[in-house]
Amino acid sequence: MTAVSAPGARRADPARRGPGRRTSDGRREGAVSATSQAVLVLWTVLVVAPLLWTVMSSFKTTREIFASPFSLPTSLQWENYVNAWTLAGIGTYFVNSVLVVTGALALTMALGAMSAYVLARFPFPGRAAVRTLVVAGLTFPIFLAVVPLFFILQQAGLLNTLPGLVAAYTAYAYPFTVFFLMSFFEDLPGEVAEAAALDGASEWRTFFQIMLPMARPGLAAVAILNFVGLWNQFLLPVVLNSNPDNYVLTQGMASFASQAGYSVDFGALFAGAVTTIVPVLVVYLVFQRRLQGSVVQGSVK
Amino acid sequence: MTQTGPMTAAVPAAGTPQQGAPPPARRRRRAGLDRISLMVVFLGVPFAFYVLMVLYPFTQATYYSLTAWTGFSPEQPFVGLGNYARLAGDPTFLSALGNSLTLLLVVPLVTLTASFALAVLITFGGRSAGGVRGLRGSGFYRVVSFFPYVVPAIVIGIIWSQVYNPANGLLNGTLTAVGLDRFTDFPWLGDVDTAMAATVVVIIWSFVGFYMVLFVAAIQSIDTELFEAARLDGAGRFRSAVHVALPGIAGSVRTAYVYMGILALDAFVYMQALNPSGGPEGSTLVVTQEIYSTAFSQGQFGVACAMGVVLAAVTLAFVGAVFAVARLLGVRGGARA
Repeated sequence: MTAVSAPGARRADPARRGPGRRTSDGRREGAVSATSQAVLVLWTVLVVAPLLWTVMSSFKTTREIFASPFSLPTSLQWENYVNAWTLAGIGTYFVNSVLVVTGALALTMALGAMSAYVLARFPFPGRAAVRTLVVAGLTFPIFLAVVPLFFILQQAGLLNTLPGLVAAYTAYAYPFTVFFLMSFFEDLPGEVAEAAALDGASEWRTFFQIMLPMARPGLAAVAILNFVGLWNQFLLPVVLNSNPDNYVLTQGMASFASQAGYSVDFGALFAGAVTTIVPVLVVYLVFQRRLQGSVVQGSVK
Repeated sequence: MTQTGPMTAAVPAAGTPQQGAPPPARRRRRAGLDRISLMVVFLGVPFAFYVLMVLYPFTQATYYSLTAWTGFSPEQPFVGLGNYARLAGDPTFLSALGNSLTLLLVVPLVTLTASFALAVLITFGGRSAGGVRGLRGSGFYRVVSFFPYVVPAIVIGIIWSQVYNPANGLLNGTLTAVGLDRFTDFPWLGDVDTAMAATVVVIIWSFVGFYMVLFVAAIQSIDTELFEAARLDGAGRFRSAVHVALPGIAGSVRTAYVYMGILALDAFVYMQALNPSGGPEGSTLVVTQEIYSTAFSQGQFGVACAMGVVLAAVTLAFVGAVFAVARLLGVRGGARA
């Protein structure tokens, strides 16, 4: 989210195999290349402009925001962030999001890895049916399930609570996690597990001490994808939690945005948006190579 | 089906007795118990939880759709297909369904076409140097294009509703700055003619980069000899892209089409952020918003579930259609999702 200039960032491009030499059709090559660059720069501007504009607006007073969309902030309004964090409750929502996402991510990864391991490595009658039901959970619209889910959580006394959200997040991330990890466990060499069994290791030890560490790249990739997905989750909290004290960040932002229409603290609204984006953006930039790799792996397979 | 039962004993530990170990029979039984306990804990328990929280609600919703249940009373009067008959004559629902189908037709097609075009520019747009042609700065383009994917959809919606803000939004600011004064104060999300298109742009903006990255990787995993052969046959870049790259990544395109279709039929977050009340004259109202308000504002849970069933039927029909078309076109391999 920094500069728009292309040449600064040409490092590490696997598709590039050295610069082309100027040959007889070098000029035509150059024209095609220039056109491609022009289109891609335009595209980059379209992607980055709204985001940069949001960051810029988050430092302006509401009066400045109304005066002109382009004017730079006369002084950096850090108060917008303070107001968003405290008055609008973004701080509370942020903590709730961290709690719910951490809990759900840990549970999802544990349950998903264990189930995927069994489904990938132990043939048993009915395995195909179980696998199909896992895929079904990926395909059906969640909207069909939310009404009964609401009452299930209500009966369990988990409606409007953070543990209830953790349970729901986990259940709905489970099919994706299992589906994705199955292929990783299938690809692990079976001989290692057999050798462990020969040495008298129990199935349990084989899983925790041998197979799980070997699947670490796959686990990391799925964990990152799940983090992004869970952090961005919107429908489940909106339906299953109506207690403002337990709002998660996405839900809190939605409610803040609908209120901002009346009280018009647009500076704080933009600041809240930036606050919501930054954690995921940091995770992405730190892990972007691995994330892109895993997305590709998961979908090309 | 969570009972994984005794049949696992038929698949004993591969290691059969060696020197000094306990007698075969005892050892096998122990291995069987060991494995069964693992399967019950690892698969049985989590899968039961998944059935309770995800699969059971799906079937329950289907049953509720046949009742006039209002949720907060214990009675669930059975009305057969009454809710469906009512939906068939409900102009609001039908128009919401029409809007959802519009999204289904437009969003995946435009998004993935743009993604493929950009992916082609990145992989073919550079100077030829040997087989694979890459473009300068393609790493940078890929990193930046991925940004919208990690921004929460609700925040994307909030940001764009400000971009579209008639008085001080980025869009009208830009348009008037280049001299298009008739866009001063133009309400993009408040005008019947533009609200839906403006919304579609936001969804497309969110996903083009994501699928571009995916397609770039898929194109790069195509055997370079195929491109060489096409070039020797005199094919230019454009023809190589259409005749070699596109068939080469057809499996990925199919998977992407399914995902984008499911997303377009949902679209709830974007709609709630941009026009929570359904837009001018209901022009951006979609089925998921109708389900939400019918259930949680009006308490008509039976009717809402019937809408959910209709949505699920459309989703399944769409997925089936994509796979059928892909098979007709001879797409092989690829993911099952």
